[in-house]
Amino acid sequence: MTLNRDEISRRLAAVGYIADHDVATALWLMDFLKRPLLLEGEAGVGKTEVAKALAAVHSAELIRLQCYEGLDQNAALYEWNYQRQLLAIKMREGAGANADAIEEHIFSERYLLERPLLAAIRRENPPVLLVDEVDRADEEFEAFLLELLSDFQVSIPELGTIKATSIPRVVLTSNGTRELSDALRRRCLYHYVDFPEVDREARIIITRTPSIDAALAVQIARMVASVRKEDLRKVPGVAETLDWAATLAGLDFHDLRQEPEVVHETMMCLLKTREDRSRLTREVTERLLGKVA
Amino acid sequence: MAVAPINTSGDGLGEPTRRRLAGFVRTLRDNGFKVGLAETGDALAILAGPLAAKSSTLKPALRALFCATHSDWERFEEIFKAYWHGFGVSQARILAGTALESRAPARHLKDVGSPTGMPGLPDHLERRHDDGNGAGDGRGKREGASRFESLASTDLRHIVDAADIAQTHALAARLSRVMRARLVRREQVQWRGRRLDLRRTIHRNVSHGGTLVDLAWRRRKIKPLRLVLLLDASGSMNLYTAFFVRFLHGVVDAFRESEAFVFHTRLAHVSASLRDRDVTRAVDKLSLMAQGIGGGTKIGESLATFNRWHARRVINSRTAVMIVSDGYDTGTTEQLVEEMRRLRRRCRRIIWLNPLIGWRDYSPQARGMQAALPYVDLFAPAHNLESLAALEPYLARI
Repeated sequence: MTLNRDEISRRLAAVGYIADHDVATALWLMDFLKRPLLLEGEAGVGKTEVAKALAAVHSAELIRLQCYEGLDQNAALYEWNYQRQLLAIKMREGAGANADAIEEHIFSERYLLERPLLAAIRRENPPVLLVDEVDRADEEFEAFLLELLSDFQVSIPELGTIKATSIPRVVLTSNGTRELSDALRRRCLYHYVDFPEVDREARIIITRTPSIDAALAVQIARMVASVRKEDLRKVPGVAETLDWAATLAGLDFHDLRQEPEVVHETMMCLLKTREDRSRLTREVTERLLGKVA
Repeated sequence: MAVAPINTSGDGLGEPTRRRLAGFVRTLRDNGFKVGLAETGDALAILAGPLAAKSSTLKPALRALFCATHSDWERFEEIFKAYWHGFGVSQARILAGTALESRAPARHLKDVGSPTGMPGLPDHLERRHDDGNGAGDGRGKREGASRFESLASTDLRHIVDAADIAQTHALAARLSRVMRARLVRREQVQWRGRRLDLRRTIHRNVSHGGTLVDLAWRRRKIKPLRLVLLLDASGSMNLYTAFFVRFLHGVVDAFRESEAFVFHTRLAHVSASLRDRDVTRAVDKLSLMAQGIGGGTKIGESLATFNRWHARRVINSRTAVMIVSDGYDTGTTEQLVEEMRRLRRRCRRIIWLNPLIGWRDYSPQARGMQAALPYVDLFAPAHNLESLAALEPYLARI
């Protein structure tokens, strides 16, 4: 089932994802060109959300593979169920089976544990496969992933080749802690996710915190936008904005100017290091408030 | 460079459209985009598809297809506009950004190190390595090892002859490669972090009836060091810049995980230009960028830019930062201290290479150098090839 671009746009809105204009195009192209999508951007801009929204748009299952340094094929693709294998060996041996027969038996589907990548290509309906923070994995894993993404088949030495029953939609995200290989980049469509503009962030706040005043949401979005321009170690992401919005809504705020003191105190939702806290003094908060409210 | 679309589904497209697209792809390639035949084919499919009707939908589609990095992403808009909307005029300008840049400068390399270019140097700086075999008497070049040795220990300022310069640069490139190779080998011998490989163990012991007789072990693979180089290219470092640019190229080429920056009054990220396969072109390109002569050196400010915009991305827990600078800072000392402190917290080691240490009677008097020293793990000379080679064992231990 391929949807056209406007339909994707509409459905994204329906599932509560406030997309920037070009995301819908990229998501449509994924189907049209059958290529994976690589999302880059700062931490906290909502890259993972795109994959979740995509799954919701296609009513597909989301399978997530979180990458980390040292991730290997055992953890990403498949693993044998050792306990059951050992048990089976003992039992068969007791029954007097020979070694070849035992080997054939214990390396069969029954003892195979699916990990995300294998699971993604063995579903009836094409799922969305999210390979999160692919830059954290090693180069070897990246090369392996590239191979999987072009062939969509896996060879398991003890078992043979497993072909994909359905081709998953693949979304990769990267925070850019390591340069990805050109080959992987070329294979993928690319979309750079930026912090949302003020009005989009305001709409996101309103969608996620329905109890909030529309005017307050805009104020919060503008405040966060100016905080992001300050020289901070950890720039607040969308999730932090939402935390702060929920806090203020919970405190029954309607206007940021209402109680500058409380605004300053609750801004710890946005600032996650001591250094940043000390950088954003009361005076700075007031200056920013003066600008945005 | 023909388009030759192999798998086009854009059969319905007219010849002019294909030609325009081919031109666009060529423009992108000239601007450093990595666009292959597969991408061109897909672009034809997009042009034949529903998004091609309006430029507002076509642009994001082509952007998603052709871009591969953030910098591609940022430049795409301009190139797209120039090509599709202002055919001709702006195209030339954009092309000039990369293609022409690499033409001019080979001269720059030769200027460096020439004593005639530096009339005002005080006498005691003119010290050179004592054996008569030194760099100056450019004859008798085929002496193999001893020749190598003498070049290695000659202060880089005194290497004048064009052939010597070329040889020095080759040496620098080789040195960086050797460093890499040794680092990797040593790590493998040194580390013994082992754990059981269950999959192999079971496989091996099927014939023992599942009793684990032969154990299969796994050795932890150690990831190599990541190097981040910050090269001071200010006027005071002028004599050494070309050489270190070459060294930078060698290092970036040899260490897969490495990043290079050049700074004088501002900071420039140069890894991408250095990855050019053509060494001369890469070095030429960079020598141009590195020409920041005049206006002083703002080490503190450059470090601030690095800490704020690049550090998060390029530094991890096994990163060594190598700063090559003489420490003459025209910015404020407070800022330098603050930024050194920040950098210190992020990375594993800070190595400061100062070409001046090789000079007789040198002590780190410059204010900037004084201020930065407490945060530096290794403060070492870098005035000749020997001194660079001496770094290698240190790097291997990190």
